[in-house]
Amino acid sequence: MTQTPPPVLDLCKLEISLPKGADRPYALEGLDLTINAGEIVCLVGESGSGKSLCAGAIMGLLPEPHVRVTGGAIRFMGEELRGKSDAEMRKLRGADISMIFQEPMTALNPQKTVGWQIDEVLRLHTKMTKAERKARALEMLERVHIPEPASAYNAYPHQISGGQRQRVMIAMSLVLSPKLIIADEPTTALDVTTQLQILKLIRELQEEEGAGVLFITHDFGVVAEIADKVAVLCRGELVESGTTDAVLNRPQHPYTRALIGAVPALTPPPVKAASDAPVVLKGTGLKKTFAARGGLLSGKRKAVTAVKDLTFELRQGETLGVVGESGSGKTTVSRIVTRLLECDQGSVELDGTDLLAATPKELRALRQHIQMVFQDPMASLNPRKRVVDLIAQGPIVHGADPKKAREDAKRLLELVELSPAAANRFPHEFSGGQRQRIGIARALAMEPKVIVADEPVSALDVSVQAQVLKLLADLRDRLNLSLLFVTHDLRVAAQLCDRIIVMQKGEIVESGLTAEVFANPQHPYTQNLLSSIPGRDWTPPSLHTDAA
Amino acid sequence: MTLADTEIAPPEPPRYVMFWRRYKRNRAALLGLVLFVLVVVMALTAGIIDPGDPLRRAGDPLTPPFVNWATPLGTDQLGRDVLSGVFYGARISLLIGVVATLVAIVIGVVIGALAGHFGGWVDDVLMRITEAFQTIPNFVLLLTLVAIMGSKIEWITLAIGIVSWTAPARMVRAEFMSLRNREFVDAARNLGVSNTSIIFREILPNALPPIVVYASVIMALSILMESALAFLALGDPNYASWGNMIGQGRAVLRSAPYCAVIPGIAIILTVLSFSLLGEGLNDALNPRQKK
Repeated sequence: MTQTPPPVLDLCKLEISLPKGADRPYALEGLDLTINAGEIVCLVGESGSGKSLCAGAIMGLLPEPHVRVTGGAIRFMGEELRGKSDAEMRKLRGADISMIFQEPMTALNPQKTVGWQIDEVLRLHTKMTKAERKARALEMLERVHIPEPASAYNAYPHQISGGQRQRVMIAMSLVLSPKLIIADEPTTALDVTTQLQILKLIRELQEEEGAGVLFITHDFGVVAEIADKVAVLCRGELVESGTTDAVLNRPQHPYTRALIGAVPALTPPPVKAASDAPVVLKGTGLKKTFAARGGLLSGKRKAVTAVKDLTFELRQGETLGVVGESGSGKTTVSRIVTRLLECDQGSVELDGTDLLAATPKELRALRQHIQMVFQDPMASLNPRKRVVDLIAQGPIVHGADPKKAREDAKRLLELVELSPAAANRFPHEFSGGQRQRIGIARALAMEPKVIVADEPVSALDVSVQAQVLKLLADLRDRLNLSLLFVTHDLRVAAQLCDRIIVMQKGEIVESGLTAEVFANPQHPYTQNLLSSIPGRDWTPPSLHTDAA
Repeated sequence: MTLADTEIAPPEPPRYVMFWRRYKRNRAALLGLVLFVLVVVMALTAGIIDPGDPLRRAGDPLTPPFVNWATPLGTDQLGRDVLSGVFYGARISLLIGVVATLVAIVIGVVIGALAGHFGGWVDDVLMRITEAFQTIPNFVLLLTLVAIMGSKIEWITLAIGIVSWTAPARMVRAEFMSLRNREFVDAARNLGVSNTSIIFREILPNALPPIVVYASVIMALSILMESALAFLALGDPNYASWGNMIGQGRAVLRSAPYCAVIPGIAIILTVLSFSLLGEGLNDALNPRQKK
């Protein structure tokens, strides 16, 4: 570029107000942001920082009148967008500004074929003939590297995989060669290997088209992977912005420093020499098949094997990580070993007793030795019970004196670093991280030998995630707990697990000490997983933060 | 700036305060509450404010309202006091409404909870039975039951309950089907909580709000059904119910319309109060609606 055209997007002192009674008066306050052609700018922030509302404001899609732009300017190619009529905005949307959403399944219309939906964009914004539109749609599907574009053109959204759906969304948003692409957490719902492919695709197409990209994310790994410039939002305020290198490696603002300090490093914990501890949990030859129920007309569908021939050992005081992508059967494993799901074959021995062969009565008694921490801390706490009752419920069911159990529950709250004043509250009064702490306290109340944690931190913001992980590690060491830790996040696994097993399509493809597997992966799938971790070449600088 | 997540937000006001705040935002619901309280007061004070049996002769037959202060709302063709009938009728109508609703909700909750929680063949059997009940028009079934069991007030109430349980059963089943897969149910099972406790102590409280709202609808419908029965002269003649009064007032509708109109207004206001109350409860209990 020889001349200097106006920036694609120029936000100047942007201010978005929230309705009365929200936690703060403005969702965004005085946001300045410039995106030039051919640039990817990452807007980073934790949940509630106002990053998605920023995208809504640019697109003119805010839930007005409760949430609206009250000040500042939004200039697109030098042209003010505020005050444009709905009709004018409609013309811009899709044609010049397009958006890629987080969840392609909900952003695509399930009733229409992929081809129809791409065709619609062209029909609304161009005067192409039917044949030209189809040719263009197929060309776009080709460009986003969908295998067999012709067959994908006629497929319905549910018939293609999540990664392919996101590719279709990208094809749709790029089909008119927009000058600005807003991507709102486009890879958060995807597996790590797919995520890397999609990030590469966005980068590649953006370079070809020379478009400006506003990339909204919470993940610093993704930032390291894709961004040219970074802007960090904290509760509606821009706290830091600059080039990727400057922000990631030399953050200035304490908030940014705390956030980056919380990103788990990819260095596994030191190897513990405690491999002669007794085995507390042992799974042998586990197998689980989900019989698919055929429809009336569609005939029988094939049964899906979620787990086949799984064998593992968990020793006292050890943390065993189960990692894999979605569909690898890792969640099924966590449900089988706690017998929330009946298994087809195999045995799970808890201290020598087979859990899977136990009668319902024996099982209820055995359950106190194996407890679970769930993924979604909101869904796993009964919203109608007080915290003290939630924690004391288990011991009371197993015959403890209710009064003493409630006293113990208050002590457990202190153990998970919550104030005992929390005891008489209801779950909705807490933040996500606090709820997960309550979930952990509930599991600990039973004084179990084994805790099965199913993605316990994946619903949490990165700074909260770090604190909950630290708590889990602390408790494990202090109480000599054995953890079966299911996760999709290799960074998290690296932080906590002594040994890991890597699962693919229901089978273990590799297992061993975390440090060894990370340093020298043997199986091609593990190698692929490890090389797909976003920002794997960036090591978060070790920062001394006052928040830690 | 601190990122620690262990500080707890300031406590929320107690639940009933929140409930009342949300409830009173709906003006119509407040009106419903006032009407409801009025009906309850009428039912409670029937024997105190207007002494005397509503079936006894209180004055000359067909005295118009506001003529004789001994019978302020007039008398019917047998000389019975209309005001006294309205007061005692409130008692009967409320009693029938509450008891029939309880019967309907209890049957509905048990059947819906079992069907929704266990699924499979249990669900199939229970839902076919529910459908069998649903295919027969409510009122026809009610007439049949009353014809079989007789017109005693206990049987009428029970019969109304029996014809009204299908809708709450379906509702509870739907709630259970969506709630039983939630993680907190797994969490409770993982603690070793028994099935019965899971159904009634974990899931049911969460399924309750829509049922409570629907109960107000059933209550209104029960009162209407009882009135309709009485209007067809199938009510219990030993009690002064509003339906009975309208049924008997029909004979003198042209010469003394007030005999039917006054209890008619009472029914309209009572039913209205229940549906407004239901709307207010819906606003107050619906968790999706914040602020």
